[in-house]
Amino acid sequence: MTSRLPLGPGTVLGPLVVGPLTRSDFVRYAGASGDFNPIHHDEEFARAAGNPTVFGHGMLAAGVLARVLSRVVGYERLRRYRVRFLARIWPGDTLTCQGRVTGRSEAAGEVRIDGELTATNQRGELVVRGEFSAALPA
Amino acid sequence: MADIDPSLIGQWGPETHMVVELGKIREFARALQDDLGDDAGEQPVAPPTFLMTIAHWLGDLGSTRRGVRLDARRLLHGEQEFEYLRPIRAGDRLTFRSRTKDVYEKQGRRGGSMVFVVSETEFRDSEGAVVAYLRNVSIETQESPPA
Repeated sequence: MTSRLPLGPGTVLGPLVVGPLTRSDFVRYAGASGDFNPIHHDEEFARAAGNPTVFGHGMLAAGVLARVLSRVVGYERLRRYRVRFLARIWPGDTLTCQGRVTGRSEAAGEVRIDGELTATNQRGELVVRGEFSAALPA
Repeated sequence: MADIDPSLIGQWGPETHMVVELGKIREFARALQDDLGDDAGEQPVAPPTFLMTIAHWLGDLGSTRRGVRLDARRLLHGEQEFEYLRPIRAGDRLTFRSRTKDVYEKQGRRGGSMVFVVSETEFRDSEGAVVAYLRNVSIETQESPPA
């Protein structure tokens, strides 16, 4: 078990920087997830739909963002993870992922921490906004 | 315009079985450039968004929006939520089913209406206990999505 710091309101998660993302990263995510919407890998399809080029899956950005929870919180303690997609990810984008613990709550007989997460691109645009709840060790 | 069968809204769809495989977890984690930590072993906890891989068991994620067919060219992913009653690990055998909870229209910023579809997928383990929920908001835009 990775050693973990005491968690509480104010605990900072990240930053984690991932990128620049490539078309190959989009294709790898398509294969791994099984989501083969052609808008993420087929240049002609993406352009015909009015886009300058292909763009990455929102869930690729959301999956990368969730990694800020892996070490400090631990995936096994995660109870809820919710994301909203605010901007697309384009080839060449670099995501900066970070978060913080905002409060504590109790649910299902356990003490939980609640927090918020953001993924921002190199232009300073918010790409994904997330929130989470995780169980604290008893 | 979205193709909607109102009689299916709220109705659970058929059950699908899935096995949470170690190789699939590793492949999915690699796509996120996630090393799963040093202590992952052979029964790692699946990454938080791993349940998106139900696409491999369904063929088309669109089938989680039961009774609704959206145009892929105008499809946007609005929100996604994962709720875990316990962690999902390699080796788990899960059964899942989906339903469309709500469909509604909103006026878009560029004029024209957008269709919002809220769907939910429920996962049970081999003992029949609910272990997770996946919730999705998908949007069909009226025109080509803004670049």
